[in-house]
Amino acid sequence: MKRFFGNLNFTLGFILSLFIVMMALTSLVWTPYDANSMDALHRLARPSLTHPLGTDQYGRDILSRVMVGAVNSIIVGLVTVGIGISLGVFLGLISAYFGKFVDEAIMRLSDLLFGFPAVLSAILITSILGPSIINAMLAIGIFYIPVFARLTRAVAMTIWEREFIEAARACGVNEIYITWRHVLPNILSPLLVQATIQFAVAILAEAALSYLGLGTQPPFASWGRMLNEAQTFMTLAPWMAVFPGVAIALAVLGFNLLGDGLRDTFDPKMVRKR
Amino acid sequence: MNHLLEVDNLHVQFDTPQGPASAVDGASFHISHGETLGLVGESGCGKTVTSLSILGLIPSPPGYIKADRILFKGRNLLNLSSEDVRKIRGREIAMIFQEPMTSLNPVLPIGRQVAEPLIAHKGISKAKAFKEAIKWLDYVKIPEARKRLYDYPHQLSGGMRQRIMIAMAMVCHPQLLIADEPTTALDVTIQAQILSLIAGLKEELNMSVLLITHDLGVVAQMADRVLVMYAGEIVEEADVMSLYDRPFHPYTEGLLRSMPILDKQIGDKLHRLTEISGIAPCTTGLTQGCKFADRCPFAFPLCSEKRPELLEVKDGQRARCWLRDYPEKRRHHD
Repeated sequence: MKRFFGNLNFTLGFILSLFIVMMALTSLVWTPYDANSMDALHRLARPSLTHPLGTDQYGRDILSRVMVGAVNSIIVGLVTVGIGISLGVFLGLISAYFGKFVDEAIMRLSDLLFGFPAVLSAILITSILGPSIINAMLAIGIFYIPVFARLTRAVAMTIWEREFIEAARACGVNEIYITWRHVLPNILSPLLVQATIQFAVAILAEAALSYLGLGTQPPFASWGRMLNEAQTFMTLAPWMAVFPGVAIALAVLGFNLLGDGLRDTFDPKMVRKR
Repeated sequence: MNHLLEVDNLHVQFDTPQGPASAVDGASFHISHGETLGLVGESGCGKTVTSLSILGLIPSPPGYIKADRILFKGRNLLNLSSEDVRKIRGREIAMIFQEPMTSLNPVLPIGRQVAEPLIAHKGISKAKAFKEAIKWLDYVKIPEARKRLYDYPHQLSGGMRQRIMIAMAMVCHPQLLIADEPTTALDVTIQAQILSLIAGLKEELNMSVLLITHDLGVVAQMADRVLVMYAGEIVEEADVMSLYDRPFHPYTEGLLRSMPILDKQIGDKLHRLTEISGIAPCTTGLTQGCKFADRCPFAFPLCSEKRPELLEVKDGQRARCWLRDYPEKRRHHD
């Protein structure tokens, strides 16, 4: 524990991420106002004591919407990283174990996916499948598969060369068991680091898609969606754009720092000067 | 013909960018029940490859095994499916590796690793396997075995880790234990402890041991019979007494002379160690004659023309050397 919190990146990232998570958890049981209820009398209200972050063009409380948006972002992060990790690790392990043709096939497919600009392809997928949050998560998740597949393959290949694998074989343990028991646990830390960073990227990607109207659909709250709606009222009510924007920045920064910090503490050889 | 293990004419080749390299070149030997066979030779002479090929652990490609047969308890391992060979590994033939530092998985608790062969082979429950693991950790004298189960390898010393490796090898009661330089990475006091532990286990369980080492002192202490390997060939085979008494092959002689003898002084001067000149040959390509001819102090023309066979020289001692037929060529210059 001390090892982790001795790292400035990790500590900052942890606090920020914890803040976002707490916000999301709180919104599940309590928000200042109902995030979707409109109040025509208080449209575009400035931040005040009754509405700390102001209201939007329908008089919805922005603080409540930012809180609910955090839930949305965290779900997007979890689901996309989940899709990426489960399929990516599976493919990466297969690639590393079989090598040769199988490896070539999987890795060239990954290259192909990498070759597309991710956001553009996500737009393509969501426009084919129809704009919805589920499809947006699917699109982002698919682009995470090669990220995790490559990482897993690279690390797993070095693990297979280690002596304890030979020792396990000499004990008569079968290859599937070796993969599960000996290879996988040894690649968990780089995977965890990557997952944290991809989590941040997913929040940003979902915001981008929602901003373009391809992610979360109205009336549900999403930080990207809120930015989209805010742009028409930019001069009239800048708080409509500022607060969701700050939320996105804090969340992305937090999870990125968390990932960086984890990498630093997992890899003592990578000493950074600061 | 009831040897535990019989290896006939074993060849192992590896593909290299320079062409196929033969790591083992026609090795034949056997191990009887309850016997300790020492396999000696310098680095790269094929000792480890020999043991790995018995276990079917030579990766192919780039490695290829060819042998007339490898009989273990009457079954030819070469004819078994890889799944059947896997079932023999760890259960009937177990192996201890040279480097206890790297042969244990750094992220798994040791209890789990010791219990692993049991779970893999006997399909017994984890709790039962752990109980058995504790028994073996006690046996190999790990203090407070029950607590140690959840320790990770980095928390243990080299000697302790080697004990863990031994416990891991022993849990399924193998009939043959292959110990590949089990003490090379350890300091001398720990070495003695580990060797006596192996010797004790062997006595108690009537197990056979194939002891691979380059340390002739270890062989003298442990083995009943010794094979000397050079460049993939067995050049001499003898029981341990005869080998130290009257080594026949010039290579064996050289090995013995390059060992320090602590209490021997010649005149007032300290006895200087003699080395074998030259380096072990490259094993790609074919050599016609004896592989040791280039480095042999007694080499004569026939040696580089025709390859000698492994033939009996005296009372079961066998050597692969032309000096057997031309004893007059053996002249000591000193």
